[in-house]
Amino acid sequence: MVRLPYLTALTTLFSYGILFVFGHLRDFFRKIFDWSKSNNLQGYAPICLGYEDFYTRRLYLRIQDCFGRPISSAPDSWFDVVERYSNDNNKTLHRTEKTTKCLNLGSYNYLGFAAADEYCTPRVIESLKQYSVSTCSTRVDGGTTKLHTELEELVARFVGKPAAVLFGMGYVTNSAIIPALIGKGGLIISDSLNHNSIVNGARGSGATVRVFQHNNAPHLEEVLREQIAHGQPRTHRPWKKIIVIIEGIYSMEGELCKLPEIIAVCKKYKVYTYLDEAHSIGAVGQTGRGVCELLGVDTADIDIMMGTFTKSFGSCGGYIAASKEIIQHLKRTCPAHLYATSMSPPAVQQVISAMKVILGEDGTNRGAKKLAQIRENSNFFRSELQKMGFEVLGDNDSPIMPIMLYNPAKIPAFSRECLHQNVAIVTVAFPATPLLLARARICISAAHSREDLIKALEVISKVGDLVGIKYFPVEPVKPNKVKHLKKIE
Amino acid sequence: MALAMVNVTASVLDWVSSYFDAPTRAVVFGVPIDGHLVVEALLVVVILFQLTRKSYKPPKKPLTEKEIDELCDDWVPEPLTPQITEDMTYEPPTLESAAGPHAIVNGKEVVNFASANYLGLVGNEKITDSCVGALEKYGVGSCGPRGFYGTIDVHLDCEQKIAKFLGTPDSILYSYGISTIFSVIPAFCKKGDIIVADEGVHWAVQNGLYLSRSTVVYFKHNDMKSLENKLEEVTRRSKHPEKVRRYIVVEAIYQNSGQIAPLDEIVRLKEKYRFRIILDESHSFGVLGNSGRGLADHCGVPIEKIDIITAGMGNALATDGGFCTGSVRVVDHQRLSSSGYVFSASLPPYLASAAIAAVDYLEENPSVLSKLRTNIATLFNELSDVPGLVLASHILSPIVFLKLKKSTGTGKTDIDLLDSIAKQALEEDSVLIATTKRSSLDKCKLPIGLRLFVSASHSESDLLKAAASLKRVAALVIS
Repeated sequence: MVRLPYLTALTTLFSYGILFVFGHLRDFFRKIFDWSKSNNLQGYAPICLGYEDFYTRRLYLRIQDCFGRPISSAPDSWFDVVERYSNDNNKTLHRTEKTTKCLNLGSYNYLGFAAADEYCTPRVIESLKQYSVSTCSTRVDGGTTKLHTELEELVARFVGKPAAVLFGMGYVTNSAIIPALIGKGGLIISDSLNHNSIVNGARGSGATVRVFQHNNAPHLEEVLREQIAHGQPRTHRPWKKIIVIIEGIYSMEGELCKLPEIIAVCKKYKVYTYLDEAHSIGAVGQTGRGVCELLGVDTADIDIMMGTFTKSFGSCGGYIAASKEIIQHLKRTCPAHLYATSMSPPAVQQVISAMKVILGEDGTNRGAKKLAQIRENSNFFRSELQKMGFEVLGDNDSPIMPIMLYNPAKIPAFSRECLHQNVAIVTVAFPATPLLLARARICISAAHSREDLIKALEVISKVGDLVGIKYFPVEPVKPNKVKHLKKIE
Repeated sequence: MALAMVNVTASVLDWVSSYFDAPTRAVVFGVPIDGHLVVEALLVVVILFQLTRKSYKPPKKPLTEKEIDELCDDWVPEPLTPQITEDMTYEPPTLESAAGPHAIVNGKEVVNFASANYLGLVGNEKITDSCVGALEKYGVGSCGPRGFYGTIDVHLDCEQKIAKFLGTPDSILYSYGISTIFSVIPAFCKKGDIIVADEGVHWAVQNGLYLSRSTVVYFKHNDMKSLENKLEEVTRRSKHPEKVRRYIVVEAIYQNSGQIAPLDEIVRLKEKYRFRIILDESHSFGVLGNSGRGLADHCGVPIEKIDIITAGMGNALATDGGFCTGSVRVVDHQRLSSSGYVFSASLPPYLASAAIAAVDYLEENPSVLSKLRTNIATLFNELSDVPGLVLASHILSPIVFLKLKKSTGTGKTDIDLLDSIAKQALEEDSVLIATTKRSSLDKCKLPIGLRLFVSASHSESDLLKAAASLKRVAALVIS
């Protein structure tokens, strides 16, 4: 967890305080200015009332050029970032024709399948010619092709469950599956840092939602005991069923979840588990099978495993893997299966080819090489950053590395300075993270070579000195030290 | 001794009774004080004393650890999913080729009426070429959300193209068709806002309405009188019209019934009662209107009068994803507050380039729309006398909807009947049609039926074949 030093907290609060005061002053002058102009809403309520969009107007718009940067090439390890300019102080941004080649430390390209691949792309183009871009139909009407059934069997085999079902988008997978599994009278206990799609799905289901402290198995046990003993609120009837939802790797912290302890608690209290492996499938584990393989948990102990194909497989869509009965039930009731256009066939073919490469079924050992490369890259980068004195979150073997910035002014400074030196970095602030804990997040890919990483480290170190985010003392350089890979507790 | 006790008691009693019976003893401040007033004063004092005491509550005993253990052991959860019966295992037909007007299912060639391929763009050469170019340049996925290097120049080009085509200032792309509407509605409607929606909207709209936590009032399906009544009622009850946002949510072509919403009437009502419109044009974009610009073009309503238009691109444009368009304020607001846009990876670039190519094709060949209209009219004509089934969709809707003339009694037997019609049509006549499948989470109560999606690339013989097949099978099954 993040330890926020007092002085940093004070200065960050002070900075936000100044920004708010200035924002309110500007709003005040804007109100006076608008009184003299006519109001053309004519009886309609405005889209945003009062201070609903205060953060957007007064804080986000100032640093808008750090977010949403367009690119004009594949999101590979090096890509072209389009330059933009603004005539009105960042309120609107316009594209130019010029691009800069930058090192990509922001895209979710863990195994390097983002750009055209020698094995995958020819097969994708062939499937495009055979099945065309889209089936224009839902899975149950006429949108199931042979590719979909093939991929479902392959995913089930890869993940280690009896059956699987596909969806065209990862976000919709969570939002539409959770209501199909649990409804009123049920209880959902979710980790406090779960993704927005899980929160939306939990809210849309109508079940009661409770939260347990991030990655804290004893607190989960406490919450479970209290909830089972007291039953439903007000009526005290026993709960119909309880589902605990956790993620494999948390995308804003880079931490792995403490899966063995949490599964042990869930088995003891007979609750169902739902594991969201959006970032960890294909990226961690000896053969890329995710956190279960990495932490030594049997996949039969988890009831439902969900994942997406956007990150490690370079495609789009999501899947659910579970027992045959659950999958058949979902195929009959899940609205995303019954009403949504089926996944585009070329995207399905991309996942099939990528999985075959990872499993080694394409006849080469590229998959194993990629997995070893990403593991090595992540561990090397993380240890080097920590040696330089940055505050880096996350566990070993996780390819996501957030570097803490805290101060709101450091966010645009870090981002723009790195872009000048041709390194593209993602910075995250409120509301994706808590207000005081802004950070820069680095995603390592198997496509990065050792030279790329060394260049990135140089640039980050220089900019870090400039911006002042080396919160920890720098480790002195020890000559000829052999690094041991640290094991996770 | 006893006598003394009796004497004392008697004298006390005498003293007490004389005290009470005595006439007015004293006059204090001009008020005569009677004896019984003392008793009443004492009573008041006693009452006040009791009121100030704490009321008795039985002591609270929290559950002991042992009791909690026992409760946890006793608790038995329901199974995660209900038992799967034999008839619930339904395998949809598997296609072995592209979903064009003729497709290959299980080795046989069938006439395909189950794909919403309205303009016949599935398998189009130009679109395939542009996709191949995009695949070789950008790969398949975009590997990031729009805010973090997932914005590729084809996305921005596609947004501008759609906005220019429709004549609106700006538009925003979403990565999946159904996530468009259920992200747009919660972005604009919050708790306390009022929404008047049609009762026949599909599940994604219902989910968006539920997630927005606003007050939702439903009006009868496509009934303008009912809409006017509800608007009147809501406006009368509303207390602060300047602080409460109000929306009407309708679909252009309802996919649950094939009806078309009368937009000019709705716009008149909206201006009268000061509501905003959210219009879902998933099945009418590229279909209605002289140039395919949708319902506003068809009804002759200027596009600025409709506040928010959303559409999924998985139908006429034969690609995937969705878009939302409106004024600059509407679109900019979604870039930060729409959860399906901010927290999800962006649309794969080859799908965006397919959308651009599809819109280009539509602009260059408006004759495809008249072909589609002729096909719909032909099929409508042919299907007007199917035994046991009656046409329930609008005459211009590309979704031709047939419902049962007489229901068999229960919903389950209706579904079985329709399923058997579709199955026989596929196996015996090689005609692939779709039945309405409702999820248990769907709250729509409209009748189910058979749906045929007409495409501009269907030939006349295809349409006649489908009509003949339906007539034959329906006569066999429904009798």
